[in-house]
Amino acid sequence: MKLESMYQEIILDHYRRPHRKGLTDPYDAEVHHVNPTCGDEVTLRVRVVGGVVTDVSYDGSGCSISQASTSVMTDLVVGRPVVDALATAEEFLVLMQGQGKVEPDEDVLEDAIAFAGVARYPARVKCALLGWMAWKDATAQAVAAHDSNEDDRESA
Amino acid sequence: MTAASLTALDVERIRKDFPILERQVNGRPLVYLDSAASAQRPQVVLDAMTAYYEKHHANVHRGIYTLAEEATAMYEGARDAVAELLNAPSRDEVVFTKNVTEAFNLVARSIGDAPKGSPLHVGAGDEVLITEMEHHSNIVPWQMLCERTGATLRWLGITDEGRLDLSNLDELLTERTRIVSFTLQSNLLGTVNPTSQIVRRAREVGAIVLVDAAQAVPHSVVDVQELGVDLLGFTGHKACGPTGIGVLWGRRELLEQMPPFLGGGEMIETVTMERSTYAGIPHRFEAGTPMIAEAVGLHAAVDYLREVGLDRIKAHEKELAAYALEALSDVPGLRVVGPRTAVGRGGAISFTMAEVHPHDVGQVLDELAIAVRVGQHCAAPVCRRLGVPATTRASFYLYTTTAEVDALVEGLHHVRRFFEGSVRR
Repeated sequence: MKLESMYQEIILDHYRRPHRKGLTDPYDAEVHHVNPTCGDEVTLRVRVVGGVVTDVSYDGSGCSISQASTSVMTDLVVGRPVVDALATAEEFLVLMQGQGKVEPDEDVLEDAIAFAGVARYPARVKCALLGWMAWKDATAQAVAAHDSNEDDRESA
Repeated sequence: MTAASLTALDVERIRKDFPILERQVNGRPLVYLDSAASAQRPQVVLDAMTAYYEKHHANVHRGIYTLAEEATAMYEGARDAVAELLNAPSRDEVVFTKNVTEAFNLVARSIGDAPKGSPLHVGAGDEVLITEMEHHSNIVPWQMLCERTGATLRWLGITDEGRLDLSNLDELLTERTRIVSFTLQSNLLGTVNPTSQIVRRAREVGAIVLVDAAQAVPHSVVDVQELGVDLLGFTGHKACGPTGIGVLWGRRELLEQMPPFLGGGEMIETVTMERSTYAGIPHRFEAGTPMIAEAVGLHAAVDYLREVGLDRIKAHEKELAAYALEALSDVPGLRVVGPRTAVGRGGAISFTMAEVHPHDVGQVLDELAIAVRVGQHCAAPVCRRLGVPATTRASFYLYTTTAEVDALVEGLHHVRRFFEGSVRR
C-alpha cells in the first residue's frame, strides 16, 4: 500500500513518542513558525555553545509528519557542530524537494530517511520541513547573537 | 414551490452530467466531498465554453463584425442570467469580477477611495463590522480598508455551537458603523446565518450591508430583494461554473456612488491625456477585456442549477447533512465542529478526530479516493475561537450520494485503525 511508504513505522513512533518536546531553558534563540495552509505550528528553542548545538526543544501542534519530522530533527542536530548540522539540514531539504527521485544517504540522515516517501506528496513536503526550517532560523539567530556579543567584547 | 416540484433529486441521473465523477483515483471510484472549496462542472458548462471558443470568440463591446456581436451578446447574456438568478431589479447591478474575493476587495477599495463629502466616505471614528465566522476574503480587505482610512474594525462573535452570537448586535452595529459584511453560510462550520435581524439593525443606523453568498448561491435560492441587502458577492466555480469569474451585485444607487476600482479600457467614457470620465455601471467596474468564456460557462451553470432546481438541491443537501451527522456520530473520537443538527446548516461538515491530525485524515482518505478538505479552510479565526488547530471538512452538493457518505464513514474507521496500528503489519 502506498500509504505505508509515507507513514513509516519510524514516523509513527516519533509521532506517538516525540523526542525533546516541551520547551526548556536556557536557550539562545526562540522562533515560532507556522504553516498557514494547514495551521501546523511550532515554537522552537536553540542553545548553541562554542559553535555546537547543545540543546533544541520545541512545542507545537500539527500532523504526524510535521511532529515526527521535528522530533527526528532534534536527534540529528543536538550535540553536533552547527556547520555539520546545517549540512544535514541541507541534505534533508534536497531529499524533500526531490519529488521522490533522490536516494537518501542513511549515513547522513539516519532516521530521517523515513521521510523519503513524503517527498512524493507535494502537499506534505512543507509539513516535513516545518521543524527543520524553524531550527535553521533559530540557529542562525543564536549564532548571530553570539557573533554580535563577541563583536561587542572585541570593540570594548 | 409546490410539494410536487420538490420531489427528490435523481442523483444517479445528475451524476451522469458530471464527467469527472467517473474518474478513478488510486484504482477506486472518486468520492468527491470538497464542493465547498470548488464544485465540479457538468458537461453543459464545458460544452458552452468550448462552443464559444470554437464558433464565437472575439473581444466584446467593440467590434461591429458578426463574431464581436455574438461574443458581446453571450457575455451580456450571462449578466442577464445572473440578474435573474438573484432576482436583481436591474441587470446593470451585476458586475463580473475574478472571484468573490475580488468582489469584496472591489467594494472595500472603492469605498475607501470615496472622498470626504461623499456619503460613502469612511474615516477615523467610523467602524466596519464583520463576524468571527468569515472567510479570510471577508476579513482581510476590511482590515486593509481600516488601515488605510483610520476606521475601526469590529466583529460579532461565534457561540460554542458555531452560531453567530447576536446578543450584543445593538452595541456593535451602531451609528458609527458604515459597513456591515457577513457570510450567509459559513464555509467551515456549515452554519446558515439569519439575516433579518442584522439587516433591520443596519437599516436603523444607516449602515451598508454586504453579504458573502459564496456558499449560499450554489446551494439555495438567494433573492437580493428578499434579503434586503445592499451588496452581495459569490463565485462561479463553487456553483458548477468555471474558475476565474465571480459576481458582485449591488443596489444601483450605491454602485453609482462608488468610485471605480481598476482603471483601463472598458470602464471609461472619455479619456484625454489629463483626465478621464467613467462609464456607467456595471462597466465602470469591469476594466479591461473581461472573462468572456467564463461568463458563458457561468451562464450555462446558472441555467443548469435552475433547471435542476435550487430548492431541490437545498433539500437534497439537508437530507445528506442529517444522514451524515447521524452516521459520523458512530465514529469513535469524532467531534463535529459546528451545528450538530441539520437545522440552520448546509451540507459542509467539519470535524476533528481524537489523536489524528486532519492532514493525516485527509491523506489516508485520499488513498481511498475520498477527497476532503483539511486545514483551516481560510477561516483561521473560527478555528481559534472553537479551540481546534484545524479540521477535516466534508462538503456535499447536488451530485453527492448517501453511499459516498457511507464511504466517508468507513474511511474514517480505517483512518482510526491505521493510526492505532491495527492495520499495520
